[in-house]
Amino acid sequence: MEKTVLEEIIYRQGAQRDRLLPILQDVVEQQNFLTEGDMLHIANLLQMSAAEVYGTASFYSFLPLNRKGKYMIRLCKSIIAKMKGSDQVLAAITDQLGIKPGETTADGVFSLELVNDIGWSDREPAMLINDKVFTDLDPVKVTHILTNYLKQASTQAFVTNLSTN
Amino acid sequence: MKTVRLTIDKKVVEVQAGKTILDAARIAGIHIPTLCHHPDLCVAGNCRVCVVEQVGVRTLQASCAVPVADGMEIITNSAKVQQARRHILELLLSEHRSDCVNCYKNNHCELQDLAAKYIFTPVTLIPLPALQHYTIDSSSPSIIKDDSKCIRCQRCVRTCTQLQHVTALTVSHKGHEQKISTFMDKLLNDVVCTNCGQCVNRCPTGALTERNYIQEVWDALLDPNTHVVVQTAPAVRVALGEELGFDVGERVTGKMVSALKTLGFDSVLDTDFTADLTIMEEGTELLTRLKAVLTEKADAGTLLPMTTSCSPGWIKFIEHKFPDYLTNVSSCKSPQQMFGALAKTYYARKRKLNPAKIVSVSIMPCTAKKYEADRPEMRSSGFKDVDYVLTTRELARMIKMAGIDFMSLPDQEHDSLMGESSGAAVIFGATGGVMEAALRTAYELVTGREVPFANLDIKPVRGMEGVREANITIEGCLPEWSFLEGVELKLAVAHGLTNAWEVMQAVKQGKAEFHFIEVMACPGGCLGGGGQPIPTNSEIRLKRAQAIYEEDAGKHIRKSHENPEVLALYKDFLEAPMSHKSHELLHTYYIERHCN
Ligand code: SF4
Ligand code: SF4
Ligand code: SF4
Ligand code: FES
Repeated sequence: MEKTVLEEIIYRQGAQRDRLLPILQDVVEQQNFLTEGDMLHIANLLQMSAAEVYGTASFYSFLPLNRKGKYMIRLCKSIIAKMKGSDQVLAAITDQLGIKPGETTADGVFSLELVNDIGWSDREPAMLINDKVFTDLDPVKVTHILTNYLKQASTQAFVTNLSTN
Repeated sequence: MKTVRLTIDKKVVEVQAGKTILDAARIAGIHIPTLCHHPDLCVAGNCRVCVVEQVGVRTLQASCAVPVADGMEIITNSAKVQQARRHILELLLSEHRSDCVNCYKNNHCELQDLAAKYIFTPVTLIPLPALQHYTIDSSSPSIIKDDSKCIRCQRCVRTCTQLQHVTALTVSHKGHEQKISTFMDKLLNDVVCTNCGQCVNRCPTGALTERNYIQEVWDALLDPNTHVVVQTAPAVRVALGEELGFDVGERVTGKMVSALKTLGFDSVLDTDFTADLTIMEEGTELLTRLKAVLTEKADAGTLLPMTTSCSPGWIKFIEHKFPDYLTNVSSCKSPQQMFGALAKTYYARKRKLNPAKIVSVSIMPCTAKKYEADRPEMRSSGFKDVDYVLTTRELARMIKMAGIDFMSLPDQEHDSLMGESSGAAVIFGATGGVMEAALRTAYELVTGREVPFANLDIKPVRGMEGVREANITIEGCLPEWSFLEGVELKLAVAHGLTNAWEVMQAVKQGKAEFHFIEVMACPGGCLGGGGQPIPTNSEIRLKRAQAIYEEDAGKHIRKSHENPEVLALYKDFLEAPMSHKSHELLHTYYIERHCN
């Protein structure tokens, strides 16, 4: 949300901790969700910790968060991409990660977005994971790539244990 | 003072009004189990393990939250109470990844202790699906956060907010999805966390633990091609005993040295040596800053107040929260890092060792020291200056693992060359200690006389008050320090980051003017550090502090500038405090960080 719009909301509600909830509600009313940047800015202006704002926001289901994963997958949805099979690639990603475009996995590792063009129209289907390009995709190839990322994510700082039983 | 009479398990107890039933029971020597309660923190009342029966009242009472009243009759161990507690534990265990034999907290876990007392038939509840998905965050070099072990008692959240004014941790979501989160569930290393480990020290389970480097250190010790040096921080010697069968407050300096030698360290040296060195550097820096402000009319705000820099939790805190004041922080590295930089240069040269083969280990009361050692700036020897940092608790573990009978070890002295220290260095481990040590040296340097306090004990800066202020007027200066004649030095000491925050707020708002501020991130100073034995609480901190001051009193050298090894170091290597070489090895800089 535009900082000025946000500041206006806060000005109207009063820049006090106990006005946090109505402020969050106003933001959601105007843009349907809360972003990381919104919460940071609110925390700053109310002089409270960002974690606290997040804690409150996450408590209420009527305050949807627009969170982004550690890895942002951007799959191209241009006509050329579709002709070359990007829908099958999308289905493979959705199957593997359990998220649809616009969503983030519950562990916060992957987000998925569809974009119009990433500049590789001669090598579609193509996608970006953060700033890395992958071209000439097919369902098998994409599954492979994501599996590698998953492995990486779990050996790095992040261990996400998907099956404990 | 008004007192209240009640009976607990038929025993008549008289306590101050305002105490809780739990307090009263403890005074009467009756044990009531607790989980969310911690004596350093405000009451949460969320776990209800502490329930008791009050005669005439139908519902059970959470004893940690309910104040005593005249005539109360409390029963702590009725069938109803037992059943309630067992039920609570069963619920907790059903959501818990009870993997005790694989758990770092095995045998040191409050949940496990309670389960051992209350659960004697297997828990029949089916583990909740919430367990199928959890995160172990090991991004921080200091702390591991394993959500599957968390019982949501919120001790960590209260610690981080009330004691530390950081609030890196919060409670997020609700119901069975409730968890302890950072902002947006980011990695601990990517948020405002200072790595102080106060939450680790208070977590009753294995959900928050120090990141341990025990195996790395064993590997180094068992490798015949390495020379492993170890330094021991001042606060370790007054707390290590607690893990190994000694009473709280017993000093085990000599046994600690013996144990380290038995473990195979090639040289057992002392962080206290570089604490003395810190005083030489930091004292000189303070005087230089005072001179610049008083005689050269330099921009006072960027130079004064000068704050201490030995507490890495404080450093990260100020980098996040008061980035405009980074020039006010002394540029001196902490004693740990000064030691590290010298171990692979001066020590290596003197001992004719290849610095590439030296492994430098430190034993610290602190988890933030692990982070500090990993900072990219801390490589001025050309190598990682300190390779591994172990907490007091990790050292105790190694001693137990090696089967050393600690109690019957003989006392030994630290090895020489960077092993000698003064009493001034020992008190670095207590809040106010750096201030006192600095004054002992700076005052004498400036006036040629000892500080005007009996036995050099500067009592006004000692104690456990959260913020302590003191003023000292400098009189009878030597000619070269005449600009300080009659100047009243305004000093402040703060421990625990909430108190530090208050002092800095006052400075920022122009409500307080200080020349010199000592800050220790942990309550009580290093003796209450995040890496110290668990439990740590105010009573225990006091005893450790007493032990530290006893150790100081018993030292034959009491002032940093009289440490002969430090003097030799300047003569042979560094030349003088704040020299070019000192700057290269012993000083550092700070980095502004975001505030979430
Ligand atoms: S946290 Fe405690 S109860 Fe849980 S697995 Fe570890 S030792 Fe066992
Ligand atoms: S991490 Fe530890 S202290 Fe924090 S809520 Fe969980 S169990 Fe309690
Ligand atoms: S280590 Fe300190 S700053 Fe970090 S979460 Fe724990 S209490 Fe808060
Ligand atoms: S200890 Fe009393 S409610 Fe948790």
